Amino acid sequence: METLVNTNWLEACRTEDAIENGGVCLKLQDKQIALFYFTRRNEWYATQNECPHKRQMILSRGMLGSLGDTPKVACPFHKKTFALDTGECLSGDECAIETYPVKVENGRVYIALTRETPTLDMQ
Amino acid sequence: MKKKTVIIIGNGMVGNKICEKLRSKSENLSIVMFSEEPIRAYDRVHLTDYFKTNAVEDLFLKEKVWYEENEIELHLNDPIVDVNTILREVSSLHGIHRSYDFLILATGSEAFVPPIPGVNKIGVFLYRTIEDLDLIQAYAATASKGTVMGGGLLGLEAAKALLDLGMADTSIVEFAARLMPRQIDDAASRVLEAKLMELGLKCLLQKSAIAIRGEEKIEEIAFADGSILETDLLIISAGIRPRDELAKKIGLAVGPRGGIMVNAQMQTSIPDIYAIGECALAHDMIYGLVAPGYEMAEIAASHLLGVEKSFSGFDMSTKLKLLGVDVASFGDPFIDAPYALPIVFEDSHNGIYKRLNVSPDGQRLLGGILVGEAAAYNMLLQTVNNNLPLPENPAELLFEEKKNSEKSISNGIAALPDSALICSCEGISKAQICDAVTLQNCENADAVKQCTKAGSGCGGCVPMIKDLVTFSMKQQGKYVRNTVCEHFDLSRQELYDLIKIHELKSYDEVIDTLGRGHGCETCKPLVSSLLASLWNEMILRKGNDVAQDSNDRYLANIQKGGTYSVVPRIPGGEILPDKLIVIGQVAKKYGLYTKITGGQRIDMFGAHINDLPNIWEELIAAGFESGHAYGKALRTVKSCVGSTWCRFGLHDSVSFAIQIEERYRGIRAPHKFKSAVSGCIRECAEAQSKDFGIIATEKGWNLYVCGNGGSKPQHALLLASDIDSETCIRYIDRFLMFYIRTADPLTRTATWLNKMDGGIDYLRNVVVNDSLNMATTWEQDMQKLVSAYQCEWKVAVEDPNIRKRFVHFVNAPDEKDSNVRFDDFRGQKKAADWNTPVL
Ligand code: SRM
Ligand SMILES: Cc1cc2nc3c(=O)[nH]c(=O)nc-3n(C[C@H](O)[C@H](O)[C@H](O)COP(=O)(O)OP(=O)(O)OC[C@H]3O[C@@H](n4cnc5c(N)ncnc54)[C@H](O)[C@@H]3O)c2cc1C
Ligand code: SF4
Ligand code: FES
Repeated sequence: METLVNTNWLEACRTEDAIENGGVCLKLQDKQIALFYFTRRNEWYATQNECPHKRQMILSRGMLGSLGDTPKVACPFHKKTFALDTGECLSGDECAIETYPVKVENGRVYIALTRETPTLDMQ
Repeated sequence: MKKKTVIIIGNGMVGNKICEKLRSKSENLSIVMFSEEPIRAYDRVHLTDYFKTNAVEDLFLKEKVWYEENEIELHLNDPIVDVNTILREVSSLHGIHRSYDFLILATGSEAFVPPIPGVNKIGVFLYRTIEDLDLIQAYAATASKGTVMGGGLLGLEAAKALLDLGMADTSIVEFAARLMPRQIDDAASRVLEAKLMELGLKCLLQKSAIAIRGEEKIEEIAFADGSILETDLLIISAGIRPRDELAKKIGLAVGPRGGIMVNAQMQTSIPDIYAIGECALAHDMIYGLVAPGYEMAEIAASHLLGVEKSFSGFDMSTKLKLLGVDVASFGDPFIDAPYALPIVFEDSHNGIYKRLNVSPDGQRLLGGILVGEAAAYNMLLQTVNNNLPLPENPAELLFEEKKNSEKSISNGIAALPDSALICSCEGISKAQICDAVTLQNCENADAVKQCTKAGSGCGGCVPMIKDLVTFSMKQQGKYVRNTVCEHFDLSRQELYDLIKIHELKSYDEVIDTLGRGHGCETCKPLVSSLLASLWNEMILRKGNDVAQDSNDRYLANIQKGGTYSVVPRIPGGEILPDKLIVIGQVAKKYGLYTKITGGQRIDMFGAHINDLPNIWEELIAAGFESGHAYGKALRTVKSCVGSTWCRFGLHDSVSFAIQIEERYRGIRAPHKFKSAVSGCIRECAEAQSKDFGIIATEKGWNLYVCGNGGSKPQHALLLASDIDSETCIRYIDRFLMFYIRTADPLTRTATWLNKMDGGIDYLRNVVVNDSLNMATTWEQDMQKLVSAYQCEWKVAVEDPNIRKRFVHFVNAPDEKDSNVRFDDFRGQKKAADWNTPVL
């Protein structure tokens, strides 16, 4: 018996809509989501688009980079940086951002904004 | 065994510190804190920074989760109103009762308000809490004359803050005959007053206020000498008074002039109650600084856990921060003959005063004062605190910082004992900092800060930490260079040369060839700027778009709320009426706020990202091009009207300005650069405040270079006189290429020249006499850049791949960001204020 988490994948866009080594903003279920295609690392990340510092809808226009091994995005306004994998603020502030799972299948990008409550697989 | 409970009253800087100390020393304590303020502990020392950003979150000392993770029960907005010292129980305003094993009072202090009639009038403020600052800021918007009562450390800081809030008419009134009476002497005060005058602050000394007058609001202050000062706003900063009211009420011994009496272990007259920080009276003294408060926290925390330490007084040396004038006092600043023989240096021209109090035998430094130049403060303070021997002729120390500073500083640092306390706020020694460098590989001050906390308090020791990092790295044989960031072990100039030699054209090529990892917000814009300076290709191609700073990436300056500004080039400030009409039509159509800029052109603000390409398409069709207001590039070449109209004009300054602007437009440099051409020495175009400025003479042009406006204005210096237009342009070509090749990132020409060995004479030798034999190469390089020019916006609107990036939602390209909000403003609009952060 194992616990499975079902994820509610939403179709977000086509892979060619994303920007290599950059971000785009998506409107998903009335939320603004930033989608990053970190081509240099062959990784996809999705986060909230709002920068918590001054609550600006802007992170998708931020700059990608790395701090050691951690992938990060820098907000264009005051250059606060956030880890793309955990959402943690790397500039010593206490504001973290939401991150969401992303998957790519057949040239389409899917993002999960919510997860279903875990169900028990009875097999 | 049941855990013992410690209750801390006051979640200020020191209360917060003891909480941290107790937790790191023991997990076997329950910690409960009560705070009167509605928000958790913040950095009061940097309170004034709040005016810059209005972001409390930048000042919080601990994250909210820290209290949760460390199981500290924090009650905000709920002061303790009573303590039953027999039953050992506290009661809060909101009715919480809690018993304790140990009680710690960290209630701090409040501003002392002299009993002058009228102090309760509207417009009179204190300067201690975030709430005070909010009130001041709101009121300052309606006031034009400001006054600060009290010329001490805090008073001066408050006065500068009023200036920065836009109250150009601000005065400081002080009861004593000098400023900062506890820290500096009369002569130093005179030099400081002159410096403050330059900043626009008036100092009224020996003024004893007897009444504050006005209907409801303050209108004027009356003084004992019969004089009157009109003012709209008053900040009282006349000293502090320890918050001992609770202590008194519960029967603790307090000093005759206030303050909770403590012994060397910080115990009050009831031994299981401690008092620390600004409320405590130790050795008959209230210590109004944060470092001694932290030391008290360490002693009390150790003591209640059974480790004996004692408080033996504390060094009260201080360096004034923020003011823009260096003022420091250390050791005993006033000690005089026969106990010390002071050496004094005073230079009223440059506003410098230094006093060193040397022991009568000439062997030791006992204290001193520095005004106007305080780079040596940390080293001198260490010399006093560690009893270091003085050089044979101690007067050398007065001048040392200019001459030879590197050598003497590292000698000085080497001589410091390992135990020398470098960061007094956090109690970090020289050995701890050097260990962080050698054992934990911290290679800059930030890394040391993260590792040891040194420099995270008042920040005064940061210059010394930097010196220690350099010193320790050199000792290990590490080569110390100004490298770019963790992705490139190269300086900007090395990168420039290597990119040129390898003919690299994109950010990815550069990092793959010369760097490592995946880049960051420091190296990406820097490399992008180098690529643009070297090749002048369209900056959004070859994947370089995502390596540009936001403004370059969208070819527009981003503003509050996420909209952009549009600035078409108007060379020399000359414009046809028809083009003016087009600007008006475009602004109207897209709902843009319009303003004439300080650079003789027109800025349109508030464009949605989706509208940018359409706006530019219309402007380009009318003959406009990008003004590069967003790039580290040429901004404007201002002109005066010159000989075509002006009765004094010697040459046609407008035509020459247009020629210059069109020659250098679009060229990327380490920072933006500006120019101007004036038609005669009356200088209506303000050419001498520009990176390069040209003034007509009877015989030709005078060329000035390396001027700057901005926060540190500097006049340009004469590079060549009476030259013809062609020579002038050749010199500018060479000057700009030399600058582009060698300046550090984000360094304007003025700062670049200030750092150049040999200064303007050296620069003239290079540019005019071609001492480096580079003139021909540079002129050719410049010609290539000039020929490669194209209007970026034209390329962008014509290239569908670039154009499609100008949307807010990729999956709904026509939709605009509905979060963008504007307010109405004098018949136009303005960006709505920052959204308040969620916390
Ligand atoms: C629009 C304008 C103010 C105005 O309403 O008049 C302006 C607006 C800005 N200035 Fe300025 N400056 C403007 C003239 C000036 C001047 C006066 C001048 O050029 O004659 C100065 C002082 C002269 C000088 O630079 O030496 C000036 C000194 C600065 C500085 C400080 C530079 C320094 O070396 O200290 C900055 C900050 C920076 O560049 O790092 C700055 C930065 C800015 C930025 C880019 C800040 C930002 O990133 O948002 C503003 C962008 C406005 C926008 O969205 O378009 N602005 N700025 C002026 C545009 C002139 C133009 O037509 O391009
Ligand atoms: C503008 C400004 C600039 C400064 N600059 C410097 C500087 O450059 N260098 C330096 O060393 N120092 C500086 N200081 C001084 C420094 O901030 C103080 O020394 C330090 O904050 C003292 O800490 P504390 O915890 O003792 O008091 P506080 O930080 O004042 O904290 C005391 C807290 O206790 C609360 N309290 C009081 N009574 C009760 C009660 N009954 N129940 C619950 N809570 C209570 C208060 O509301 C307050 O929040 C500056 C101060 C100001 C205002
Ligand atoms: S326009 Fe210039 S001076 Fe004015 S607020 Fe912006 S940066 Fe400051
Ligand atoms: S709004 Fe993002 S860093 Fe300030």
